[in-house]
Amino acid sequence: MPAAPSAPLGGRQLKQRLRRIQRRQALRAFALLAPLMLFLAVNFLLPITLMFVRSVDDPDVRRVLPRTLAAISNWDGLALPSNEAGAALLADLGAVENREDLSRAANRLNYDINGFRSLIFRTARSAGRIDATHAMDALGALDQRWKDIETWGAVKRAAGPTTSFYLLGALDMKKNAGGEIHRVGSERAVFTLVLARTLWISLWVTLLCLLLGYPVAYLLATIPSNVANILMILVLLPFWTSLLVRTTAWVVLLQTDGPVNGALRWVGLIDQPLQLIFNRVGVYIAITHVLLPFMVLPLYSVMKSLGPTTMRAAISLGAHPFTAFLRVYVPQTMPGVFAGTLLVFISAIGYYITPALIGGADDQMLSYFIAFYTNETTNWGLAGALGVVLLMMTAVLYLIYSRLAGGAGPRWA
Amino acid sequence: MRISNLTGISAACLAVVFGATFSAQARDLTVSAWGGSSQAAQKKVYYEPFAAKTGTKVLEDSWSGGIGILRTKVQGGNANWDVVQVEADEAILGCDEGLFEKMDWKALGGKDAFVKGAATDCAVGSVVWTTGLVYDGAKFADGPKSWADFWDVKKFPGKRTMRKGPKYTLESALMADGVAPADVYKTLRTPAGIDRAFKKLDELKPNIVWWTAGSQPPQLLASGEVVMADAYFSRALAANKADGRKFKVVWPGSVYAIDFWVILKGTPNKEAAAKLVTFMTRPEQQKGFPPLAFQGITSVEGAKQVDAAVQPSIPTYPANMQVALPLDVEFWVDNNDQLNQRFNAWASK
Repeated sequence: MPAAPSAPLGGRQLKQRLRRIQRRQALRAFALLAPLMLFLAVNFLLPITLMFVRSVDDPDVRRVLPRTLAAISNWDGLALPSNEAGAALLADLGAVENREDLSRAANRLNYDINGFRSLIFRTARSAGRIDATHAMDALGALDQRWKDIETWGAVKRAAGPTTSFYLLGALDMKKNAGGEIHRVGSERAVFTLVLARTLWISLWVTLLCLLLGYPVAYLLATIPSNVANILMILVLLPFWTSLLVRTTAWVVLLQTDGPVNGALRWVGLIDQPLQLIFNRVGVYIAITHVLLPFMVLPLYSVMKSLGPTTMRAAISLGAHPFTAFLRVYVPQTMPGVFAGTLLVFISAIGYYITPALIGGADDQMLSYFIAFYTNETTNWGLAGALGVVLLMMTAVLYLIYSRLAGGAGPRWA
Repeated sequence: MRISNLTGISAACLAVVFGATFSAQARDLTVSAWGGSSQAAQKKVYYEPFAAKTGTKVLEDSWSGGIGILRTKVQGGNANWDVVQVEADEAILGCDEGLFEKMDWKALGGKDAFVKGAATDCAVGSVVWTTGLVYDGAKFADGPKSWADFWDVKKFPGKRTMRKGPKYTLESALMADGVAPADVYKTLRTPAGIDRAFKKLDELKPNIVWWTAGSQPPQLLASGEVVMADAYFSRALAANKADGRKFKVVWPGSVYAIDFWVILKGTPNKEAAAKLVTFMTRPEQQKGFPPLAFQGITSVEGAKQVDAAVQPSIPTYPANMQVALPLDVEFWVDNNDQLNQRFNAWASK
């Protein structure tokens, strides 16, 4: 940088230079932050936005059946649509050139009604041969399902460009052909139950972690540091092992003829082996084990900063040691408790592998279904909608929680 | 000076962030199959001889299915697999969606060189596999012989393991309820038939342990956690060979299906991938596969040349095929979504 001119500067010039320097400094600071911001944008904001978009986006049927959708745009959904709609469907299906587009649209309709995929392909194969003047009758003769109002209702529901189909589906609800929202039959209603179960399991895991983690953290914070360091390694050890390995290890330990049952039988506590795996008990044990460090560490960091003096003062003033602990020590550790429970609860909500391998069929959590619809059936709309529901639920709980936690808990700002 | 340094660092960080996210580099020919004893056998009879013969390096990966994964790979423009072993429903869906390259049937020797159903426009059959009743011969001297026995907890006390999902499970339930194998899908295509299958499953529900990965059933049988399994035969028979187990398989009422090789669209290794697929479907290569993997092969000529001692343990053996039920792929492409939802709702109660 060239040396400053030697002539004295006026006030205005000085201000200008100061501003320039400040601007440069701000720019420099931003340049340092830029990679992080970009990282956040690419890895957090973008996927979450895409998830929201996916959950309402519905472009596939529009692309393939524009005439049909125009023909039924004013249809009331109370009786079968007019012949015009049938003719439009035949024209649309006859004009499809891109089989990939047709496949997408057929998949989308199949999400709504079982078997719609083959119905579309079957109809498309015969579309050229059908006389459009009696299109509705011919369609009905080709396949009974075209005589069903709900078949046409499904086409209308998929009109796009946006849809509430997935979000309603994620809450076990559906619109009928007439546009009224109702709950799906109990043989298909699964997501509200699974959501409640996800929250329930997470709540129990959080309580178990607190119950087990609090004494451990207390011990770590109060014993001499050389011993504490060794114990701390034991707490952190699970972090160094793959989640999958730990989960599989629990399968070995907890199985019917495994070491845990063996030991219990050997000491004579039980006669018959306990069922510890492929049920809720196994899920609680394994998730609690995995998440325990997330509880111990925040508690430890808070407890470490508390000296023994306040407790001593309380006892010297006549409090029973237990009362002193409960009324003086515990309140001071509340920030750690809030941070720990929040960390554990939110991590537990997203658990997937552990319940899949250790739980039974009625222990699956919501992420299992998100993975299922993402990977197996490519129903990304429903996967996105389930993700949105989970995110919303977590956000609401977080808000309630931080309100309850008051000054002790983490705040938005 | 300092600023330009910072810019440099930021640019480098940017490159790292974007590089990790979007980069598509030149890479070796990669094949992804289903792991376990089957892929170990493929490595021996296909990948290694191919690499030795052509000098093309073959990298391996494994997966456990899901058309979503293939769609992400192809449409994301960052497909790091070239040749993939897929299940029949993925072969249909993926071909319809244009995720796969078309097969060159001239190079493959024509569609007639393969067993029925193993030749499609964008996929060629790789293996014929079977799922069905497996039990530990060391536990039962006179073991179960049918799905009705699988449901009979009085005669054969103990837990059973089934796949956590409706596929194969509903078929088994209907056969246990007395539906003839030939009528299973006809029955499942009616709402009453589906209700009937779930009702039959209700009976056994307290005694079922569900499996998710194909490697679980042999482990569950070996540890004594369950006494019977509805599971892949090849894994059980491979465990007999590798670990000296005495697992027995029941061919009547088993369900068989074909897996396929596909080439992902837009791969930079298209030519080498096609060569590998051709190599892997030649009779002289395929015939070495069943003795290692206990799965059937798709080459008509190759099937005749398989070691006679191994023939009775593979799905394509005529006596086994006659009593088995071919998986109705079209039914599952249509119904997978909703039957899964119903299965999960049922399992949750």
